[in-house]
Amino acid sequence: MSEDIAYHEYDVLVIGAGGAGLRAAIEAAEGGLKTAVLGKSLLGKAHTVMAEGGVAAALGNVDPQDGWETHFYDTMRSGHFVSDYRMAEIHAKESPDRVLELEYWGAVFDRTPEGKIMQRPFGAHTFRRLAHVGDRTGKELIRTLEQKLMTLDVDVFQEITATKLFKDQDRVAGCIAYYRDDGRFAVFTAKAVVIATGGWGKAYKVTSNSWESTGDGAALAFRAGAELADMEMVQFHPTGMTWPPGARGILVTEGVRGEGGLLFNSEGERFMEKYDPARKELSSRDVVARGIYKEVKAGRGTPHGGAWLDITHKGAAFIKRKLPGMYEQLLSLADVDITKSHFEVAPTIHYTMGGLRVEAQTGATSVPGLFAAGECAAGLHGANRLGGNSLSDILVFGRRAGAGAMEYAKNAKMPKIDGAEVQAEMQRVLAPLARTEGENPYRLHEELQEIMANHVGIERNGPSLEAGLQKMQELRERTEHMQAKGSRQFNPGWHGVFDVQNMTLLSEAILRGAIARKESRGAQWRTDFPDEMEDQGRVNYVQRLTDHGIEVRPEPVPQMPEELAALFKRGVAPGLANSARKE
Amino acid sequence: MPDEITLSVYRGDKSGGQEVEFKVPMQTGMVVLDALHFIQAHDAPDLAVRWNCKAAHCGSCSAEINGSPKLLCKTRVDDYVGEVIHVRPMHSFPVIKDLVTDVSWNYEKLRQVPAFQPAIKAPFTLQQRDVDRIQEFRNCIECFLCQNICHVLRDHDAKDRYWGPRLMIRIAELEMHPLDTGDRLELLKGAAGVGMCNITKCCTVVCPQGIDITDNGIIPLKERVADVYWDPLGGLVRKLHK
Repeated sequence: MSEDIAYHEYDVLVIGAGGAGLRAAIEAAEGGLKTAVLGKSLLGKAHTVMAEGGVAAALGNVDPQDGWETHFYDTMRSGHFVSDYRMAEIHAKESPDRVLELEYWGAVFDRTPEGKIMQRPFGAHTFRRLAHVGDRTGKELIRTLEQKLMTLDVDVFQEITATKLFKDQDRVAGCIAYYRDDGRFAVFTAKAVVIATGGWGKAYKVTSNSWESTGDGAALAFRAGAELADMEMVQFHPTGMTWPPGARGILVTEGVRGEGGLLFNSEGERFMEKYDPARKELSSRDVVARGIYKEVKAGRGTPHGGAWLDITHKGAAFIKRKLPGMYEQLLSLADVDITKSHFEVAPTIHYTMGGLRVEAQTGATSVPGLFAAGECAAGLHGANRLGGNSLSDILVFGRRAGAGAMEYAKNAKMPKIDGAEVQAEMQRVLAPLARTEGENPYRLHEELQEIMANHVGIERNGPSLEAGLQKMQELRERTEHMQAKGSRQFNPGWHGVFDVQNMTLLSEAILRGAIARKESRGAQWRTDFPDEMEDQGRVNYVQRLTDHGIEVRPEPVPQMPEELAALFKRGVAPGLANSARKE
Repeated sequence: MPDEITLSVYRGDKSGGQEVEFKVPMQTGMVVLDALHFIQAHDAPDLAVRWNCKAAHCGSCSAEINGSPKLLCKTRVDDYVGEVIHVRPMHSFPVIKDLVTDVSWNYEKLRQVPAFQPAIKAPFTLQQRDVDRIQEFRNCIECFLCQNICHVLRDHDAKDRYWGPRLMIRIAELEMHPLDTGDRLELLKGAAGVGMCNITKCCTVVCPQGIDITDNGIIPLKERVADVYWDPLGGLVRKLHK
C-alpha cells in the first residue's frame, strides 16, 4: 500500500487525553522526556469533563478527624475487599497532595468560610471529603490539567484514533493511529506507552458515559497481551435521568443526595431506610442502585421506571448555588424545575471498575513498557467505586503511570516496529471502506447494547449470562465484517467500526467475569448466588487473550499487612474510633 | 406534536456543499443531536458531527440552528414546531466536513496565554466571594460559540488582530485571580486586541453557560488596559501602591 504515513518517535506516548492521560503526560514531560498525548476528541472534551460531584481527598478541611486511614477504610469496604490494598493505600495517602497541586496550577475550588477548599459529603464516605466546584468538578480538573499541559513541551495530537499496539519482541513498541479528520495514518514509535483511555460504558444503552467510552485502550492492550481483571464489576450509578427518552441515562450527580436530596418510591416511602438504615440515601452506589431497582420491580416505581429524588426542601437559592448544572440540565432537557418539584431518577451505567491489571506503584501492565491508569485500569475500586474516587484515581495513578513510564523509558532503547505489521493493520483499518456490503456498525452497536442490557445488567444469573456469552461470540464474529459507507474524511460510520470491535471484545470479558464469579459482591449481583462467598476466599478474576480465545483464572486478592488489617477490626471507621478515644 | 420533523443539514467540505433534507420521527423531548444521530444510523452513516457528552458539559457539538449559534445537545426540536430545522456548521471556522469545523486556531491562542503564576504555594486561603467571579469564567466549556458569533471574527475575519471572547475570558480568569502575579495587559492591548471588541454583547447572548462575558470579563479588562496605557499617571500611582 503506497500512501504517506507520518512517523513519530517519543520517549513516552500517552494514549488518551482525559484526566489520567494528561496527568501522566505532565509527569513525563516535567521529567524532561519527549512526550506525546493522543486523544480521540478535541483537547478538554474527554469524559473527565462530565464528572460532577467532586474529587475525594482526606484534606480534613471540614471534618478534621478525616485522614488517609479513613479514606482507605471507606475505599476498601465499598470495594467489598477485592481492591488491591496497595492501590487503595497509595490513593488515600496521595490524593490530598494531588488536589493541592491542582490548586497551585490554577483550579479554583469552592471555599469554606475559613477560605479553605470546601468538602462535601458523598455516599459511603465517613467524612465530608469531596473537594468540588459546584457540580462541575470534572471540568475544573481537566481544564486545569489542559492549561498546565500547555505550559510544557508536549505534543498533543487531537482527534486521532489508535487502532493497534505494536510490540518489539515482548515489549511494547508503539501504535498506529488515524486522524479522524481525513483518515491519514500516523505511526508512533515509543519507548514506553501509557494507556489512559477510560472505560467502556457505551457497551450499554442506558449510560451516563460520553461516546468516547468505548474501551479502546483496554482492548488494544488486551490484544497486545496485557491482562484484564475484575471485568464483571460494572457500576450502575443510582441516579440517571429517566425522561425524556433521548436523555435517559444522563447523570444526576450524587451531589444532589450529598447536599440533602431524598429518595422516595411511588407510595411516598423513603425506601432507603429499608435497605441501609444507617446511611440511607448516602449508602454506597451498588446498594442505592439495587434499592431503586427493587422498588421498581416490586411495582413501586415512578411513571418512567425509577424513583423520586427530592431536594426542594433545601430551597431555591441553595440549590442554584450548590447544584447549578443540575438545575439547568433538568430544566432545559426535561422541563422540570428541581427547586420546585421532585424528579425521576433510575440506575444508569456509570463506571467500569475492572480493566487492565496493573502494578500499584507504577501502573505497569503485564507487557513490558506498557502502563495504564484511570478507568481503563483495575485494582483501586474493587467491586464498587466510591463517588469522588475516580477523579482522585486519575490524578494519583495518572501521575504514577507517567512516572513509571518515564523510569522505564530512561533505561530503554527505542524499539522497532515491523513495517509489515503496519501495512497489515492499515489494510485491516481500510477494509470496511472497501467493502460493497457488510454489517452496519450502528446496528451492531445497538445489538451489543441489547445483549448487555438483557444478559449482564444490574441483576444477573448463570443461564442468562451463558446465553449472553453465546450471543456475544456470534456478534463478535459479525463485527469482523462491518462496512463503512463514504470516504476517509471525518466519517463517524467508519470510526464506529473500531469502537464496536473494541466494546465487543471487552463485553465478552464482562460476561466471562460475571460467569466466573459465582457469588454476589458489590456491583456483581447474581440471583443464583445471592451472597458473598467468603469461604471460597476473596479472588480477582484475571483474563488473558490467547490464540484460543479468552482465558479466565482466579487470583487470590493480595493480603493486607497486619497494620492495615487492624484498621478493620474495630468495627468503626478509624477517624471515628480515634475521635471517640480522645473524647 | 407532529409525527415527523424535517431537518435540512449542511453536507460538504472545504470545497463547498449544500443543505440536504432528512425526515426524522419525532420523539418527546428530542434534541437536535438526537435527530442527527437518527440520520446517521438510518440515512447517512458518514454524516460528520462532533459531540461527546450529550449533556451540555463538554462544548463539542456547536453549530448553527436556523441561523443561531447553539449546542446541538441542548436545543430541543419542539422549539421549532412547524419549521424546517436548518443545521449548519459554525460560520467563523473552516469546514472540515458537514457540521465539523477546524477550531485549532482557538487552541493555538490558548497556548499563547501566559499561565497562572501564583504568589505562594498551595494550600491557598481564599474567600468564596473573592473567587465567585473567576469561577463564573472557569465555567466556560470551550464550545467557541462566542468566537463564532463575535462579528470581529465572523464578519471581518480579524483573527490576526483580536483573539475573541473565549480568550478574553481565559485572560480575565487569570488577571482576576487574587493570587496571580502575572501581567497580561501588554498582551491584551497588543496581540490579543481587547480594544477590538466594541461591546455588542453577541458573545454574552449565545453563551450556553450564561457567562456574562462582556460586562464581567471584557469591559473590566478594557478598563485595566485603559488605566495603565491611557491614564499613565494614575497607572503609575496604582503601580507604586501595589
